[in-house]
Amino acid sequence: MDVAPIRIDARGSFCPGPMMELIRAVKAADVGQVVVVLSTDSGSKKDIPMWAQKAGHEFLGVDTHGDYDEISVRKSH
Amino acid sequence: MATDRVSMIVFSGEMDKLLPVGILASGAVAMGHEVRIFLTFWGLMAFKKDAFFHMPVSPSFSGMVGDLGAMLKERKIPGVVDQLRTAKELGDVEVVACGMTMDLFGLKLADLEDVVDRVAGVGEFIETAKEGHTTLFI
Repeated sequence: MDVAPIRIDARGSFCPGPMMELIRAVKAADVGQVVVVLSTDSGSKKDIPMWAQKAGHEFLGVDTHGDYDEISVRKSH
Repeated sequence: MATDRVSMIVFSGEMDKLLPVGILASGAVAMGHEVRIFLTFWGLMAFKKDAFFHMPVSPSFSGMVGDLGAMLKERKIPGVVDQLRTAKELGDVEVVACGMTMDLFGLKLADLEDVVDRVAGVGEFIETAKEGHTTLFI
């Protein structure tokens, strides 16, 4: 059964705000759930993949929509 | 072997120098590192209750930004106290106040922001920092 991704709108928040909001949401999510953060900050798309690798979660990618990015992670454990 | 720990000795009280303290602490806990912060002198004065947004900007740069505190609030950039509060929610962060500075300025723990955990001596902090991979003086 697919669960809808959790979406967090962190647009306008400065580095490392979007990553911190994502981490908080991943901690609260169930295993297997996808968390997507919307970010206008250029550091997050570099930082979040590195965080996911370190924390052992699956980095799903970055979709750029005009002036913001959607960065997705699946909670693995 | 070095522990994944970042230690910071925060001496400066300028708003522009304190912001990186919160940002570095956030990045460090995000990457799974412990953070230990020792607040001394003007760095400690900036952690008196509600002091941060009244702290000055470094004189060499004050002409470039105008009212930095107002700019942060307008752009919803959290001050160092809120940044450290978030970092503490997500990881292992301890903020200690220099006992000597507390005595010199007649401060009590109750005079400080709630992100400050306790009062400590410099010797203990040096021993803590020795185990970490990075120690910064800000």
